[in-house]
Amino acid sequence: METLVADVLLTFLVVIAVGIIVLRDLLAAVILLGAYSLTAAGAFVVMDAVDVAFTEAAVGSGISTILFLGALSFTKHEQKPRGNDSWVAVLFVVVTGALLIYGTLDMPYYGSATSAAQTNPDLAVRFLQQSGSEVGPPNIVTSVLASYRGYDTLGETMVVFAAGMAVLSLLGLKRRRPGLEAPEDAPGDTPGETPADALDEPPTSRHT
Amino acid sequence: MKLYPRQRHRVLQVVTKLIIPFVMMFGLYVQFHGDYGPGGGFQAGVIFSTAFILHGLIFGLQRTRAVLSPAILRIMMCAGLLLYCGTGIVTILLGGNLLDYNVLAHDPLHGQHWGIFTVELGVGITVTGVMISLFYNFASRRSD
Repeated sequence: METLVADVLLTFLVVIAVGIIVLRDLLAAVILLGAYSLTAAGAFVVMDAVDVAFTEAAVGSGISTILFLGALSFTKHEQKPRGNDSWVAVLFVVVTGALLIYGTLDMPYYGSATSAAQTNPDLAVRFLQQSGSEVGPPNIVTSVLASYRGYDTLGETMVVFAAGMAVLSLLGLKRRRPGLEAPEDAPGDTPGETPADALDEPPTSRHT
Repeated sequence: MKLYPRQRHRVLQVVTKLIIPFVMMFGLYVQFHGDYGPGGGFQAGVIFSTAFILHGLIFGLQRTRAVLSPAILRIMMCAGLLLYCGTGIVTILLGGNLLDYNVLAHDPLHGQHWGIFTVELGVGITVTGVMISLFYNFASRRSD
C-alpha cells in the first residue's frame, strides 16, 4: 500500500513536470512548480522523511513560488514562440538527461536491504541508540543536524547568508552615480520618501 | 471618500490580519519545538518570513518596510550567523572542540540542549533575514 501511494505520487511528479515543459503560460508554469514541490513533499512524508517534507513544502511551494512570481513581474506572462531549436542544445539536454538516469541506476532501490545504510549499520544504529543519552532531543534528525553534524549546518547557514549577500549586492545596494543621490532602500521608492511618510497617504498603485 | 486601489482587497486584508499572528506563532513553535517534532531553524525561519511576505503582498511593500526596515534585516542576517559562529568559539574557549556543546554546562546533556538551542536560533534568524530581504529586493524592482 505504501509503495502504491509513493508510486502514484511519483507518477504525478512526472505528469506535472511534463506539464511545466509543455505550457507556454509562465504564470501557470510557476503555479505548477508549486504543485510539484507540494507533491514531492507528500512523497517525502510517505517515505518517513518528515523534516525534508517540511522544508520542501515551506521553501519549494511557498517561498520559491512567490519569488518566481516576483521575477515574472519583470517579464511577460507568455513564453516567446521559439524559432528553430538548435540541435546542439537538444543533444546537450538528451546527453545530460541520459547521464543523470544512468547515475540513478547505481542507487539502491527504495527500502533495499543492500543499501549502504543497511550494510553499514554502525552509524545509523549508533545514532538511533546513543543519541538520546549523548545529545538528548527525541528528534534524532535535530541531534544529527545540530550536534553531530553541527559543522555542516554551520556551512549551510553560511551558504544561505552568502546567497542573501549576493542578492543584496546585485539588487539592493545604493546606486553610486556622480550627482545622483539614489534612495537608500530600493529603486521602487521615490527619493526622500521615508516609510513613515508612505503610511500617511494611501499607497498609489502602479496598476491603475 | 476616495477609494484607492488597495481598498478593493478589503476581504484579503482582513483575512491576512487574522492569519499573520498564527503564522508567526507557528514559526516560533517550529523553531523551539524542533527538538521534539519535525522542524528546526531553517523551516522556522522560512515560515516566520512568510508572515512578512504575506503582509507585503497584501498591504504593499512600503508598509511592510515601515514595520521591518531593510537595515534591521541586514543586521539579522549577520547576527544569526555570528550567533552560530560565536557558539563554536565559546565552546573552544571553554576547552572543547568547535561546536562541542558538552562544555557549555556542567551536565553534558544540558550543554547539548543549550548548544542546539542557540545554534538553531542562529539559523532561524539568518534564514528569516535572508528570505524577507530576497522578497524585498525582488518585489521592489517592479517599477523599474
